[in-house]
Amino acid sequence: MAFKIIASQCTQCGACEFECPSSAIKFKGEAYVIDPEQCTECKDAFDTQQCASVCPVPKTCVPA
Amino acid sequence: MSLPTISLDSLVSTKSYEQLLATAKSGGCASSSCGSSAKPDEMDSAVWEKIKDHPCYSEEAHHYFARMHVAVAPACNIQCNYCNRKYDCANESRPGVVSEKLTPDQALRKVIAVANEVPQLSVLGIAGPGDACFDWKKTKATFERVAREIPDIRLCLSTNGLALPDHVDELADMNVDHVTITINMVDPAIGAKIHPWIFYNHRRHTGIDAARILHKRQMLGLEMLTARGILTKINSVMIPSVNDEHLVEVNRWIKERGAFLHNVMPLISDPAHGTHFGLTGQRGPTALELKTLQDRLEGGAKLMRHCRQCRADAVGLLGEDRGQEFTTDRISDDIAYDASKREAYREVVTRERGDHVAAKSDAVGTLKATGSGKSLVIAVATRGGGRINEHFGHSKEFQVYEASQRGISFIGHRNVEQYCLGGRGADAALDSVITALDGIDIVLCAKIGDCPKDRLAEAGIRATDAYGYDYIETAISALYAAEFGSEPLAATA
Repeated sequence: MAFKIIASQCTQCGACEFECPSSAIKFKGEAYVIDPEQCTECKDAFDTQQCASVCPVPKTCVPA
Repeated sequence: MSLPTISLDSLVSTKSYEQLLATAKSGGCASSSCGSSAKPDEMDSAVWEKIKDHPCYSEEAHHYFARMHVAVAPACNIQCNYCNRKYDCANESRPGVVSEKLTPDQALRKVIAVANEVPQLSVLGIAGPGDACFDWKKTKATFERVAREIPDIRLCLSTNGLALPDHVDELADMNVDHVTITINMVDPAIGAKIHPWIFYNHRRHTGIDAARILHKRQMLGLEMLTARGILTKINSVMIPSVNDEHLVEVNRWIKERGAFLHNVMPLISDPAHGTHFGLTGQRGPTALELKTLQDRLEGGAKLMRHCRQCRADAVGLLGEDRGQEFTTDRISDDIAYDASKREAYREVVTRERGDHVAAKSDAVGTLKATGSGKSLVIAVATRGGGRINEHFGHSKEFQVYEASQRGISFIGHRNVEQYCLGGRGADAALDSVITALDGIDIVLCAKIGDCPKDRLAEAGIRATDAYGYDYIETAISALYAAEFGSEPLAATA
């Protein structure tokens, strides 16, 4: 029940951070990371996972 | 030519107003109407007040004023086939590319550092990478902080328009009086070929559906800005066989909705940049194709021809980038704004501009008096201030003007490899400069050596430093009169 960000592909634009409805995404150290404890995969909030929908790079925001 | 000289250096290297004024005076209110309004005849005076210090909105202002961009809003809500956010590099110069992304606090320090050092600075823009209206919190925080420290700086931003309608009221409240919207289509079928997806209302939309939403939001945003009196410039990327013909239609739509200026830019497409268009071999237009389209659009929304497609973190006059002098590691943590240089510069520019307008008007009179039907294409080496004040060998670009009996019009610029590095000329570079100057009749510069001058002559291009430090228009009219007039030079002394 969580998504993750493939750091090597991430452009660090940060769109996922402010679209995430559960504040599960933070910039930590050198990269954006998703806290699996807080990630709900947007269930009950939106039809699609917000981070994956807004991410500009394919296969960068993926199921963990 | 007997006009005394003012180099731009004298305007930017000192802080003392008296010193600057003395230089400006020696440079001359020789022409009678010094101090007259610099407003172009055909322009509404309220509009002129807004754009007269904005280098990107006013062709006239770009000689005197500088802009800077801060990259604080890297997140974007649409994908464009000419953009690749995964890749950027310090040696590239194109929209969307930056060396470092900034937080609003870092941006504030950078703006203060530039304002202290670059007196020409008049405009702060947020222009990518990403979309200033989508990444709104950072855009807003940056504008608020900068406006508090430097109240007279003009704020502007660039957007794809998708999130624009949500923030128009806040933009108006913050006194943002210039917005650029990138609009490449009004037909969603064409839009789908340029924008593969958008993120809107919490989900990704693709294809025609996406383009239709984007189009609606762009038109709505433009109408809302117009209704609030915010000047809007439209950028369009010209993509051969995709939207090149269609931009005539785009021009019509945006003019009807009150856009002030239309800037048609050539697609930049290089496989090395890794963009979709770069990788699929979509070519950009040639300089001639671009000019032909721009000429066809004359009479619609006013066209911008002095765009340099600058980096999203560019600093300085158009055509120059001093961004590397102001990276975060070079800026101290506690830096205070010192208004003295900017204030002194503005006072001098006010005078210099009046003088320049008078010189321009004299120049047009001279052209008309020749009674010639011919035209001349002239390349000018300049560092700003509306004067011929750059050495041939130091030029990285030439500004190109066309002179005919109808007047003198700026038609664009040519980028060149700098020929003279460290005092010596490089032959290979000179060859490339000559190629870039194809079609030019005469080159005007502050100084040129005999060797490059002879090489240019062999290629059929005349070059002269006889008009060094004159106003560009004054020199061009003198040349034109000497070339085609019945009373050479008499009217211009």
